[in-house]
Amino acid sequence: MTFDKNHILLFVLVAAIIAVVLAQSVYFLIKSVRRAKKIGMDKKLVNKTIKTAAIFTIAPAVAIVITIAALSEALGLALPWLRLSVVGSLSYEAVAAANAASGMGTTLASLAESITASQYVTIALVMTVSIMVGIWLVPVVAKKYQNGLVKFENKDKKWSDILQNSLFIGMISAFVGYVFCDVSRLWSEGARYVSSTDKISGETQITEYTATSGLVPVFVMITSAVLMCLCGVLINKLKWKWLNDYALPICMVVGMVSAIPLTALFGGEI
Amino acid sequence: MKNKKQLSYMDSVHRDGTVWNLVIMVILMAFPVAVGLIFRAWPDWEGFAKGILATAPMYWAVGIVEVITFIPMLGAGGSYLSFVTGNISNLKLPCAINALENAKVDVKSEEGEIVSTIAIAVSSIVTTVIIILGVILLAPLKPFMESETLKPAFDQLLPALFGALGVALVSKSWKIAVAPVVLMLILFIFVPALDASTVGIMVPVGVVFTILFSRFLYKKGIL
Repeated sequence: MTFDKNHILLFVLVAAIIAVVLAQSVYFLIKSVRRAKKIGMDKKLVNKTIKTAAIFTIAPAVAIVITIAALSEALGLALPWLRLSVVGSLSYEAVAAANAASGMGTTLASLAESITASQYVTIALVMTVSIMVGIWLVPVVAKKYQNGLVKFENKDKKWSDILQNSLFIGMISAFVGYVFCDVSRLWSEGARYVSSTDKISGETQITEYTATSGLVPVFVMITSAVLMCLCGVLINKLKWKWLNDYALPICMVVGMVSAIPLTALFGGEI
Repeated sequence: MKNKKQLSYMDSVHRDGTVWNLVIMVILMAFPVAVGLIFRAWPDWEGFAKGILATAPMYWAVGIVEVITFIPMLGAGGSYLSFVTGNISNLKLPCAINALENAKVDVKSEEGEIVSTIAIAVSSIVTTVIIILGVILLAPLKPFMESETLKPAFDQLLPALFGALGVALVSKSWKIAVAPVVLMLILFIFVPALDASTVGIMVPVGVVFTILFSRFLYKKGIL
């Protein structure tokens, strides 16, 4: 059979795998909803959780879809569809694919012209093996790890609650720091020139940014945070309880949209 | 009695999660094998070895740290699902945190375990469906996906997400939050090597520092 990176059989294989992944989510959703009913949890709370999670997911999921286009030129649509639906994210997948191409003495840009079945299989293997850790490690450690946490909680409930909060705050603090990572462009001329390797072509390129471009993410974060505070006031003072379900997605989308005029104001790539 | 029931539900979550994850691991590995068999092509083993050596050590290390860091935040069911469908720190975990905050439950309780699993399952289903629609509609959607006007908005998804999520969590635990936020600001502003590509590595650093700092405050009786 003649190989083509967009061969219909590749789509059939990927669709079958994604169907199984989808089935796992549906299975756990049904299992949790049944358990909620059994232990007498409020049905409204369960429905609200489902609705809120679905609405919240739309914007980040659209952002993931956009990255498929970036990988599809070299690898066709089927493999990026699989990799970005299961485990992957563009930053992982593009690097893994580029490393596999480099290992074969070529680049993704060259493979966009013509890719053989052997090259395709090699890239798929590297991408799959590289990101497999979480899938097998969770079954190995999760039960023992969680049992340990339960025992720990029984010993000191207050510290256990503080520990839980510390986990969340620790993660948030890293992302808050990341938002400020380009602020140094204001005073450091060197920081305005960013050298990067193009993931598709493998070529090194230098991009120049405006001095104020690092302020865009900062003001996006401030916009989103101020709006969240406003939502808190509306929910608590004016009793707009319905807003509780939509506050995070609304603030996130408004924050994202604010990036458009903020980028026009502060500039970006030159 | 209640405790026994709770444990048996959790045991079933771990049992089912293990089976699902191992099955998915096998079928994921079957994809390149099946493509090779169908098109009668062998992998380029030398290219594979070089590609794996360049990619796997860092990804495996990050994967191990992520498992240890995220399991207590995601709960059991949420962990099995999240580590299959991916996009944890930018999608699944914020989604679970938001659901837990709205429901006012702790992920360590059975109610919290259920709420977190429901949120992550729904998020995974919606993401998968949107990606399917994106693949089907790629040609007509391409102008939208490659729009220069919309690019800044999608580039700034994480600041927009963590601004809203951060203010909600930090305001509730500001005593714990001050030191790690200041530390991360200093590191990210003044260490040039820290950028968007290293934020995943800095999450465990932030978590460990915050735990140590909280422990110090707790011992001093400040918390």
